[in-house]
Amino acid sequence: MKSIWHLVAAGLAAVVFPAVAADVEVTFYYPVAVGGPITKIVDGYAADFEKENPGIKVKPVYAGTYQETLVKALTAHKSGTPPVTAVLLSTDMFTLIDEDAIVPFDGLLQGADDHAWVKSFYPAFMANSQTGGKTWGIPFQRSTIVLYWNKALFKEAGLDPEHAPASWSEMLADARKLTRRDAAGHVTQWGVQIPSSGFPYWLFQGLTTPNGAELMNAAGTQTYFDKPAVIEALQFWTDLGRKDKVMPEGVIEWGTTPKDFFEKKIAMMWTTTGNLTNVKKNAGFDFGVAMLPEKKRRGSPTGGGNFYVFKKASKAEQEAAARFVKWMTQPERAAQWGIDTGYVAVRPDAWKTAKMEEYVKGFPAAAVARDQLQYSVAELSTHDNQRVTKALNDGIQAALTGAKTPAQAMKDAQAEAARILRSYK
Amino acid sequence: MRAVHGWLLLLPSAVLLGVFTHWPVLGTIWASFHATPRAGRPAAFVGLENYAVMAADEVFWKSLANNLWYALATVPVSIALAILMALWVNSAMRGRTWLRMAFFTPTVLPMIAVANIWLFFYTPQYGLLEQLTGALGLASRNWLGDPSTALACVSVVAIWKEAGFFMIFYLAALQSIPPSLAEAAALEGASRGYYFRRVVFPLLMPTTLFVMVNAVINSFRLVDHIVVMTRGGPNNATSLLLYHIYNVGFSYWDTGYAAALTVVLLAILGLAAAGQFALLDRKVHYQ
Repeated sequence: MKSIWHLVAAGLAAVVFPAVAADVEVTFYYPVAVGGPITKIVDGYAADFEKENPGIKVKPVYAGTYQETLVKALTAHKSGTPPVTAVLLSTDMFTLIDEDAIVPFDGLLQGADDHAWVKSFYPAFMANSQTGGKTWGIPFQRSTIVLYWNKALFKEAGLDPEHAPASWSEMLADARKLTRRDAAGHVTQWGVQIPSSGFPYWLFQGLTTPNGAELMNAAGTQTYFDKPAVIEALQFWTDLGRKDKVMPEGVIEWGTTPKDFFEKKIAMMWTTTGNLTNVKKNAGFDFGVAMLPEKKRRGSPTGGGNFYVFKKASKAEQEAAARFVKWMTQPERAAQWGIDTGYVAVRPDAWKTAKMEEYVKGFPAAAVARDQLQYSVAELSTHDNQRVTKALNDGIQAALTGAKTPAQAMKDAQAEAARILRSYK
Repeated sequence: MRAVHGWLLLLPSAVLLGVFTHWPVLGTIWASFHATPRAGRPAAFVGLENYAVMAADEVFWKSLANNLWYALATVPVSIALAILMALWVNSAMRGRTWLRMAFFTPTVLPMIAVANIWLFFYTPQYGLLEQLTGALGLASRNWLGDPSTALACVSVVAIWKEAGFFMIFYLAALQSIPPSLAEAAALEGASRGYYFRRVVFPLLMPTTLFVMVNAVINSFRLVDHIVVMTRGGPNNATSLLLYHIYNVGFSYWDTGYAAALTVVLLAILGLAAAGQFALLDRKVHYQ
C-alpha cells in the first residue's frame, strides 16, 4: 500500500515540478486562419530553430485573423497563461501595454550583438514598435500601401503605360481619361479605386501623409483629425467619387478591390504590398506598382505585424523567445520570408542578400515598397486604439457617403477621439 | 421521496442551465455596474455610469434602431417565405425532394462562407445583382457602400439563410394536418384560399409561435455576415446591437460597458419572448 502512495506522489511531483533540465517551451501565436503554404513555412522555421538551439522547443499555434489572435492572446493573458510570444498588429502596442500584457525587449537583450540587432530595422517600422524610449515590438511581417496600375488600360486611354501618376493632380487627370462610360452614360470602367471598408483610416493615411499632416503624436495620447491639411485630404478623397466621378461613390469594399482590378473594372487601385503575389498570379495583363502619388511630399503608412513577448511568461521563456525572434529576423531569413509572402523585408541588409538582389532583378515591382519606406510614417495607433480608429473610420465613411461634409466629419471624429483619450493625458 | 427523484432527474439539465446560462446572466448584470478592470486595477463599483454612457452613445442608438428595422424586415418576410415554400414542396409534384433540399441548403452552409459569396453578388459593376440590373438598363449601384441600401442588403442575406430552416418546421406541421380536413373542405365547396385561411393557417399557429420566437431571437443574434460584408459600415449603417457589443467587448476591451449593453440585449429578448407568448398564446390552437 505504501509503495502505491510513493508511486502516486512521484507521479504528481513529475507533473507539478518538471525536471530542471527540461526544455524551455516557447508557445508562439501566429495569425493565420487555415493551413496552407504559410503554416508550412512557419513550421519549418520552428523545426530549424529547434535544431540549432537545443533546449528550446517552439510551439506555433495558428490562431486565426489578427483580431482573433489578439482576442485569444489577451484572454489567455487575463486567465494567467498567455503565449510566450505572438505576432500581432504593430498598432496593438498601446493596447497590449495598457493591459500590462507585454514586456519590452530591452530587458531581454544580452550583449552588444543583441543591441545592434534591435537597431538593424528600418526606422519607419520601428516608429510603431517603440514608445517611451523602449522597444516593445520587433517588426516581422510588415506591409505598406502602394498604387497598382493596369498598363494595358493606360495604353488604350492614350497614356504612357510605363509612367504611373506621381502627384495627386496627375492621378486625377489620368483617372479622368481612364474613366469610361457607355452610350447610356453608365460607367464601364473607373479610373481609380481607394477602398474604404473596414479600416479606411489606413488608406486615409496614404492621403494625409503626402499632404503633410500627421494624425497622432508619438505617445499615442493625442490626435489631429481636425487639422486643415487632414480635412483637405478627406475633401480630395471624397471629391474623387462625388465630384470628379472617377471613382465609385460611397464606401468601396477592401476585399473585392483586387478582383475589380483583375476584371479591368478599375484602372488603378490602392492596396497593400501584401497583395503583390496575388496580383502577380491573377492579373491577366501587364501591371505596374508605384509609390503613392505625392502632394506636398511622398508618404504612406506602414502596417502589418510585430513580434511581442508576454509578461506572464517566465524569464527563461522570455529570453528563449527573444532568441527565437532574433533568429527569425536574420537578414537571410527576412529576405526569404519577403520573397515567399510579399511582405516587405524588414531590414536594409536583407535587401542586400544575393537571394533578394536576384529576386528584385527579375521582379522590380517588389522593390517599390522598400523605396517608399524612407517616406513612410507609423500607422495610426493610440491608447484605446480600436475605439479611436473607429471614430476616424466613421468620420471618413460619413464624408465618403455624403452624410457629413469632410470638415464636419473630421471635427466630430476629433471630438470623439479627444473624449476617449482624455484619461491617458 | 418522489420529489427527490424528480429533482434528481432534473439535476443534470438544471446544473447545465445554471452554470452556463443563469450564472453568466447574473455575472453580466453584476459586471454592468462595475468599471472595466484594467491592468492591475480591480473593477470599481460605478453604479449606473455604464448605462449613462450608453444613453450618450450614438452608435448604440444607431445599432438599436438598425436592429429594429432588421427584425422588422427579416422576421415577417422569412416566415411568409417559409410558409410559401413549405406549401409548395408539400404538394405532390415531381422533383420535390430535390426542391426541399435546395430550399434547405442555405441553412446548412456556414454563414461566413455564405457572406463571402453574397459579397460578390453585391459587388458593383460585375456582381450578380449588377449583371441583372445592368441587363435591365439600370444604372450601377454600390449596394453595400451606400447607407441607404446596405442594411436592406444584409437583411436579404439573413432572410435567405433563415427561410429554408423555418420551412422545415412548417413542412412537418403541414404533414401532420389530417387529409380528411381538406376533403371535408372540398366537399363543402371551400376555395383553396378559404381553406388555407380558415383551416391550415390556424392549425399552423403553434409552429408559427415557435418559429416567430426563434426568428426574433435570430434577428438579434445573427451578425456573422456583418463582420464579413460591411463591418458595421458605412458609417454604422449596418451596425447591429450584438455586433456593437462584440466591438465594445473584444475590440475596445471595455468589458464593463459591454456587460451593460448585454443586459439591454437580454432585456429586449426577454420582453420580446414574454410578449409573444402572452399575446399569441390565446390565439394558438393546440390540437
